[in-house]
Amino acid sequence: MSSDTIYERKINLQLPEFLRYLTPKKVLVSIGTPLMGIALFLFIWAALAPHVVTSLGAVPGPKQVYEQFTMLVDEHQAERAKEAAFYQRQEKRNAKKLAENPDAVVKIRDYTGNPTFFDQIGTSLFTVMAGFILAALIAIPIGIVAGLSKTVYAAINPLIQIFKPVSPLAWLPIVTMIVSATYVTSEPMFDKSFLNSAITVLLCCLWPTIISTAVGVTNVSKDLQNVSHVLNLNWWTHVRKIVLPSAIPMIFTGLRLSLGIAWMVLIAAEMLSQNPGLGKFVWDEFQNGSSNSLGRILVAVVVIGVIGFMLDRTMLFLQQKVSWDKSVALR
Amino acid sequence: MIESHLEITGVNMDFPTPTGPFRALEDVNLKLKKGEFVSIIGHSGCGKSTVLNVVAGLYLASKGGIVLNGKEVREPGPERAMVFQNHSLLPWLTAYENVELAVKQIFKGKKSKAEMKDWIEHNLALVHMDHAMHKRPDEISGGMKQRVGIARALAMEPEILLLDEPFGALDALTRAHLQDSVMEIQAELGNTIMMVTHDVDEAVLLSDRIVMMTNGPAATVGEILEVNLPRPRERIAVSEDPDYNHCRHEVLRFLYERHGNKEEETNADAPGNGNGNGKAKSDADTSEQEKTEASPKMKAENIVDFNKQPEEKVA
Ligand SMILES: Nc1ncnc2c1ncn2[C@@H]1O[C@H](COP(=O)(O)OP(=O)(O)OP(=O)(O)O)[C@@H](O)[C@H]1O
Ligand SMILES: [Mg+2]
Repeated sequence: MSSDTIYERKINLQLPEFLRYLTPKKVLVSIGTPLMGIALFLFIWAALAPHVVTSLGAVPGPKQVYEQFTMLVDEHQAERAKEAAFYQRQEKRNAKKLAENPDAVVKIRDYTGNPTFFDQIGTSLFTVMAGFILAALIAIPIGIVAGLSKTVYAAINPLIQIFKPVSPLAWLPIVTMIVSATYVTSEPMFDKSFLNSAITVLLCCLWPTIISTAVGVTNVSKDLQNVSHVLNLNWWTHVRKIVLPSAIPMIFTGLRLSLGIAWMVLIAAEMLSQNPGLGKFVWDEFQNGSSNSLGRILVAVVVIGVIGFMLDRTMLFLQQKVSWDKSVALR
Repeated sequence: MIESHLEITGVNMDFPTPTGPFRALEDVNLKLKKGEFVSIIGHSGCGKSTVLNVVAGLYLASKGGIVLNGKEVREPGPERAMVFQNHSLLPWLTAYENVELAVKQIFKGKKSKAEMKDWIEHNLALVHMDHAMHKRPDEISGGMKQRVGIARALAMEPEILLLDEPFGALDALTRAHLQDSVMEIQAELGNTIMMVTHDVDEAVLLSDRIVMMTNGPAATVGEILEVNLPRPRERIAVSEDPDYNHCRHEVLRFLYERHGNKEEETNADAPGNGNGNGKAKSDADTSEQEKTEASPKMKAENIVDFNKQPEEKVA
């Protein structure tokens, strides 16, 4: 019996610190409980779905949705293969041309196949990040200035309060009109549809970041402000050494809120304005109305959810990287 | 007579509160000569920190003002360095970086990078923090934080050093060591020092004058005691000195006896602070005074706990 405990202790000592506290019971609770929740949900879904009959047939259960997912993967791979073949053919033809006549002008045409589900994911992710990052770059400085100066705050507060509750979809027509009127170049760097979506996203995620940043900056501890006064720190050093580090947690709270809104807004904007992306995928499937459509839409729903979750986790991870206080709880 | 270096004239300090202004200080007058060491002693909450904050320029006096070298000061400046009661280190910077922030601010363009590094390390070594200088405030003890705060202020080479209970959170040995360091530094650099303390022995050992403040609200300078002990002072030798013991006695007498009376007066017009209660308190304190008087050998470690006094109501 005693040799048993010694043996156990030896093993325990070799495990990394955090594993040492993982008793089987804790593992069961921390991993088993969520898994059980998911299993229960899938079970109820599978049981109820067949009973809800729509014009496109019964609502698909988890199994059908999974099948649709594998089909989407297959379609994607097929499309990629087609694309590769297309370029290969061109290259072969060009090589032949050059062999016959070295002075011949050859060119490679772009492949213009339909975007697959996974292409749409890429487009959506790129658009949301573009709008969000731009919004952060605008909102954080404004928030800092508003937090430091009561005058600035008083000046912009009514505007923020009025613009904040405006539905993003109300912005969309205006953005579209303005973009198509002002963005006229012969060689556009971005698609207009990309600009429309990104700017709509930007307009919606400015406000939470501005507000949180301003609150974080106003709440810098009085003691630290006194230190800054006694040291006569100039404005820039004060912001860098005292204001920013204190406000980081609030800034990230705002950024996470903004990113969550951004992702929701983007999908809606893509649906409404037929801009490429996951939203358009959902809309197209809805219009398409084949027997597979509902399943494919549900795949999109799950993917949208998972991506939203991962975006939030990424922000948390970033916060832990940037923040001086490494003990911020993951929530 | 030498023209005074720092003048506090007719300072009133009113804090706005929801129930109207609260007068913390009333007509505080004090003149400091260059290189003088003045301690401020008084009961908790009477307004000692407020006086320092007004001198530092962090609070603007409601009436009266501060004149430094013939010029009125209304704003904080690095020539008046402050060691804050609650250390006030930036939690995201290490001890070294906290001092560095101050040093860079003051010696930019005057010292080279290497000189600054030496200077920072020198000051941290002075407070015995060289072994932990790359730790952040949340990784060091309260006393260590206070030492870093002292190092930060010393590193600024200020004309006037404002110390708000700088040795409060320290053990007796470290406190004695730092007291000696402060005396040495002052002898060497000739800074003018204003120090808030609760420790009677500390006040007598370090000061040229001890300012005893009356109880708040509307606290003011009660008595000023000159400490005419020769410098350099050596703590063991000085404790035998009859002058030293006389000074201690005077301070204690002010704090307990005179103050007890004053306390009752203020209690009479402060609602919610029963008269009998105030009396009971001062009785208890008098007995404690006798205890401390009875054991003069233990002076160095004898800190009187004034926090026992009833806190003033913000009214
Ligand atoms: N910012 C403020 N607003 C309102 N009242 C204040 C403010 N600062 C201080 N006071 C009041 O002024 C009085 C004096 O406070 P102060 O901090 O100067 O006391 P103190 O003598 O330093 O006390 P302690 O020895 O406990 O540090 C207290 O009654 C306090 O409530
Ligand atoms: Mg105080």
